[in-house]
Amino acid sequence: MRIPCPLCGPRDRREFTYYGSDDYLNRPAPDAGAGPWDDHLHLRANPAGETHDLWYHEAGCAQWLRVHRNTVSHEIYGAALVAGLKGGAQ
Amino acid sequence: MRYSGFKVFTEGLFGNSGWKPAWRDPAPKAEYDILIIGGGGHGLATAYYLAKNHGLRNIAVLEKGYLGGGNVGRNTTIVRANYFLPGNSEFYSHSLKLWEKLEGELNYNVMHSQRGQLILAHSDGQRDALARRGNAIVNQGDDAELWSLDQVRDFAPYLDFEQTRFPIYGGLMQRRAGTARHDAVAWGYARGADRLGVDLIQNCEVTGIDIENGRVTGVQTTRGAIKARKVGMVVAGRSSQVAAMAGMRLPIESHVLQAFVTEGLKPVIDSVISFGMGHFYISQSDKGGLVFGGDLDFYASYAARGNLPMLEHVMEAAMTLMPMIGRAKILRGWGGIMDMTPDGSPIIDKAPVEGLFVDAGWNYGGFKATPASGWCMAHLMATGEPHEVARRFRLDRFRTGHVLDEEGTGSQHNLH
Repeated sequence: MRIPCPLCGPRDRREFTYYGSDDYLNRPAPDAGAGPWDDHLHLRANPAGETHDLWYHEAGCAQWLRVHRNTVSHEIYGAALVAGLKGGAQ
Repeated sequence: MRYSGFKVFTEGLFGNSGWKPAWRDPAPKAEYDILIIGGGGHGLATAYYLAKNHGLRNIAVLEKGYLGGGNVGRNTTIVRANYFLPGNSEFYSHSLKLWEKLEGELNYNVMHSQRGQLILAHSDGQRDALARRGNAIVNQGDDAELWSLDQVRDFAPYLDFEQTRFPIYGGLMQRRAGTARHDAVAWGYARGADRLGVDLIQNCEVTGIDIENGRVTGVQTTRGAIKARKVGMVVAGRSSQVAAMAGMRLPIESHVLQAFVTEGLKPVIDSVISFGMGHFYISQSDKGGLVFGGDLDFYASYAARGNLPMLEHVMEAAMTLMPMIGRAKILRGWGGIMDMTPDGSPIIDKAPVEGLFVDAGWNYGGFKATPASGWCMAHLMATGEPHEVARRFRLDRFRTGHVLDEEGTGSQHNLH
């Protein structure tokens, strides 16, 4: 499996650390209460098919990527830097 | 038909012409009292114990493929009860006690073999942790022995004791742990449930869950609509998809776990051995193949096959622990889809929809849990109350903070 890093080009999956669904980018307000925080941290749509999730290019440019891929076929459609996305570091 | 050694003998005399199918192949009725979605080990066990323990009869199991075609046939067949946390400990203890009587109970040979499991320690800290775990297991009423290096050396002289990177300090042995024939567990429960009148309906995929006024009323399937007052979702591996039909989001992310088997060899490894440093574990099947596996691939996947980096990692761990197996040829490798929860523990609970129940989130511990999962899910569905040993497997425990993080690795699905 290769991930097309926008900065480094296509790189081996071993250079990346997986974090989870891009739900993590939709961070609730600190005082939003248990429900939204439970939803943010634990509950997942967990699709069989296309998904967006977060990978850290640990052995490369040290950037967080939002990867568009398929959980059934392992096909990877593309990747974008999290920096600049809503919820990502500015 | 009751199975026995005498029956095998007499059938041998008459060309094995008298065997009959082990279960019926009924068409679905329009209505049942209870539907179980999922004809794997847990679903079949749930149906069996609903009929056996609670005297219920009008039950159907709906399976989208064939019975036992999912994770119950894709695991590495290990049965153990060496959990630490209250909540897990008594549940797996209950399960192991059911395993020990399972063959007599079902009149079916599930080839349950209590050959022991040895977990190795590779540092002082790991040995201390195993001592603590062993004490907790003994306090629970199960067996555990803390072994010195010499005891490990006597038991498994083929391990690599000469290395400096992961030296072996000792281990924790559970003699009542072991393995079982995974397919036979599904078949045994299927036959047992069928004999108690449960309809096992195969090639019947659930495509929708009917809910009226917050109450479940039945399901839509590829073989027509079926009404029911109670529906149990027992579909680990596909839990999120089925739960979504009832408008639910579960605390589950699906991951692939690989396993491998070598060509058949003469008996060489006579217990289950777990490598404490690499999450590698191995046993030898009765057919002779070495069955082993390691960690998740670590990214969400439904592919039922893994990638090469984890295959390489598992082979490295194998060679580090027991170099002697380096010349064995790998026959095949495969992947199972794991319902990973944020704390690594399962869910047996009511759903927010009245009459709907969830048995999910088995991570990679589902096979050994099969009898107790069925027992406790049946108890919950029949009585409406959680069984004493499964009362902490709540659906809402992440929101309330009552998590069961056995490995203490934190609130992320792929870390358990």
